[in-house]
Amino acid sequence: MASLLELTPCEGLLPVTAGGVTLAELPPALITSIAPFEAKQAAVARVLKSLGLGWPRPGRMIARGDACCLWSGRGQAMLIGAGAAGLEGIAALSDQGDGWARMRIEGAHSEAVLARLVPVDLSPAAFGKADVARTALGHMMLLIARTGGQAFDLMVFRSMARTAVHELTVAMKAVAARDNAT
Amino acid sequence: MRITCPLCGSRDRREFHYYGGAVYAERPAADAPPEAWDGYLHLRDNPAGETRDLWYHELGCSAWIEVTRNTVTHAVLSARLLAGPERQGRSARSILTKKKPNSGGKGR
Ligand SMILES: [Zn+2]
Repeated sequence: MASLLELTPCEGLLPVTAGGVTLAELPPALITSIAPFEAKQAAVARVLKSLGLGWPRPGRMIARGDACCLWSGRGQAMLIGAGAAGLEGIAALSDQGDGWARMRIEGAHSEAVLARLVPVDLSPAAFGKADVARTALGHMMLLIARTGGQAFDLMVFRSMARTAVHELTVAMKAVAARDNAT
Repeated sequence: MRITCPLCGSRDRREFHYYGGAVYAERPAADAPPEAWDGYLHLRDNPAGETRDLWYHELGCSAWIEVTRNTVTHAVLSARLLAGPERQGRSARSILTKKKPNSGGKGR
């Protein structure tokens, strides 16, 4: 029997800190994409409610404890940190736990760092706590949520982890250098 | 150029893939005459002014949307979600009115 090493997507790459901003990998979690079948939207919402969550409106997430449900596109949400029991037969489910690199960027200048890579307005007035956007990080697909006053959770495809860390680290250092210069 | 996705709000053009005239979503019936299929596949208007075309929000919510814009002024006038063929007309509008365009995301 082969003995296989289990590595997280950002193993050996994170955490990184620059200019008071920290980029760290989030702990591995169960991730299931949920796409309700036709006319099953309400039934899916009921099951998610029973988990203490719910079906998120576009651009929103619903969190409770370690579990959350993020809107992730038209007719689709990501259930993170909780099992999808009860949704079989009423929604298309796919286990994506190994498919994503999940990171948290935190610190006073985290918005300034992201502004270099993400083409949406992430200021608190436009993108408040529990707001979610599917957009780009450089040229990568990104799922982003504001999880704190100065903290954002980021999800990119696992195959892009190294590139995402590289791009974010370069932006963090550039913002830190500007800060030092003034 | 910015396009207002009915689900994601105002987004940069780079998030969208362009797919040509909106007539491409109006597929003829299977038994339609060859002229209808020829027109559907090959003939497009090229108006100086208002035009409707299909865009795919590929770096966003993965929705297909129909955008009405003006090729002379470059103004983007409106956008609506496309629904499946069996629901076209009925639900495409109702999706737009039922869900508040979100900001954040939300309606900027
Ligand atoms: Zn969208």
